[in-house]
Amino acid sequence: MHYLSLFFDYIKIYMKTKLTYRSDLWIEIVSDLLFQGLNLLFILVVFMHTDLLGDWTRDEMIFIYGYFMVPYGLFTAFFNMWNFTERYIIKGEMDRVLTRPVHNLFQLVLENIDPSSLFGALSGVVIMVYAGTQLGLDWAWYDPLVLVLLVLSSMMVYFGVYVSLIAIGFFTDSQTGILPLVWNLQNYGRYPVDIYNRVIRFSLTWVLPFAFVGVHPASYFLKKGEWQLYAFLTPLMGVAFFLLALWIWNVGVNRYRGAGS
Amino acid sequence: MFSLPAYLEMVRMKFLMMLAYRVNYYSGILVYAINIGAYYFLWQAIYGDNQTMQGFTVAQMTTYIAVGWMARAFYFNNLDREIANEIRDGSVAIQMIRPYSYLMSKMMQGFGEGLFRILLFSTPGMVLVSLLLPVDLPTDWRVWPVFLLMLAFSFLINSQINILVGLFAFFVENNAGMMSMKRILVDLCSGLIVPLTFFPTWASSVLEWLPFQAITYLPASVFVGRVTGSAVWEVLLLQFVWFVVLLIPIWLVWQRARRRLFVQGG
Repeated sequence: MHYLSLFFDYIKIYMKTKLTYRSDLWIEIVSDLLFQGLNLLFILVVFMHTDLLGDWTRDEMIFIYGYFMVPYGLFTAFFNMWNFTERYIIKGEMDRVLTRPVHNLFQLVLENIDPSSLFGALSGVVIMVYAGTQLGLDWAWYDPLVLVLLVLSSMMVYFGVYVSLIAIGFFTDSQTGILPLVWNLQNYGRYPVDIYNRVIRFSLTWVLPFAFVGVHPASYFLKKGEWQLYAFLTPLMGVAFFLLALWIWNVGVNRYRGAGS
Repeated sequence: MFSLPAYLEMVRMKFLMMLAYRVNYYSGILVYAINIGAYYFLWQAIYGDNQTMQGFTVAQMTTYIAVGWMARAFYFNNLDREIANEIRDGSVAIQMIRPYSYLMSKMMQGFGEGLFRILLFSTPGMVLVSLLLPVDLPTDWRVWPVFLLMLAFSFLINSQINILVGLFAFFVENNAGMMSMKRILVDLCSGLIVPLTFFPTWASSVLEWLPFQAITYLPASVFVGRVTGSAVWEVLLLQFVWFVVLLIPIWLVWQRARRRLFVQGG
């Protein structure tokens, strides 16, 4: 309960900061949506010249993309620590975080919430509904529940990958540049993995499991035979990566010594 | 131009600074290679059984992706973010009273970074990629010097756009959204993600009137041999024209910006 009330307090703080820079908030939201729109444009442009990508149709690709946007939008709303090493380790802000009464990771998440990303998730839902109607998918009564479960699992995969990566900051304070690079890689999860060769397919499934934030869970709804098995693996992967990240994080925090100055 | 040695020193310092953060660069090479690989597979799947699409053969497409991304490794910089940060934390004021041109110094730092990237990143990266993927390097030696010259213009034009976007921090205080928007626009409109000829006619005719194509599409088209003969000089001229044209808005914004600088906090 205490955590929950803190959460709402931080939302209030967020609203106040955003209302100070009102025009920037809108630019942020618009640029977010534009980014998603441009990715969609790539799919549309490519399918002007071909009917099938591998054995996936245009609407299937759009559906996968719509799904991809939902966990991503939700995740970035609660996780916005891309400059963690710089801000918390090098500048030593982590000292302050550690003195707070809640768990340090929770405190960090609270300080960096960014609900404006929720617009992205919302438009993802719209895109999924659109593509789903085009495809004539039939939804069972339990499918919305499955969707919630899969989206939560995909968020945990994101959490697992990115929390592990920012925890690198505890082990080395030099800029590794790995975060923006992995961020680039995650975009490949929104394309069917069977178009890649075996090494990449393997990495996207088991090493940096970005196939589980897009194509794998989405294929559950597309009823794509063999890929459905992977859809059911999504929750397992989510939990596994989530726990792994928490462990790495806690080991990292124990190594934290504070900045020099 | 009185302080050329000072500018050269900035290039050198930035180059050395980049050397100091080498880990950044190792992971960078790896991920650019993976990026190229992923787009290679994506385009393979798009081509399917087709041998040519929109005038690009499969081999040309592969080369286009490889050279496009490696060119990006060279021309990419964060001048926009650096300028915006300096405006926001007020250190731009100190820089402006120094006896050199602020924008010129930024450009030089960008160049130092670019020099580092082309020598230690793009070149080995291109060698690596041409070993791994069926990339067709130009056989005509004359293509190479022209391509290098065009790359220099890619860098200049991209940096100009970055500076312009960075300077908007003078007017809006927080232009982070604008900067990410710009990055997406450059990647898409420059033809890095999709070559311009793949766009619907109306879109590609709009893009032909924008500076972005001069960043990736034009040099890469020369490199893969889609533009040959005297047409090469035309695209080079086009790059040059954009370079000159872009100086105007930068100059105008800079004039206005200097007058309305206010430093928050500090």
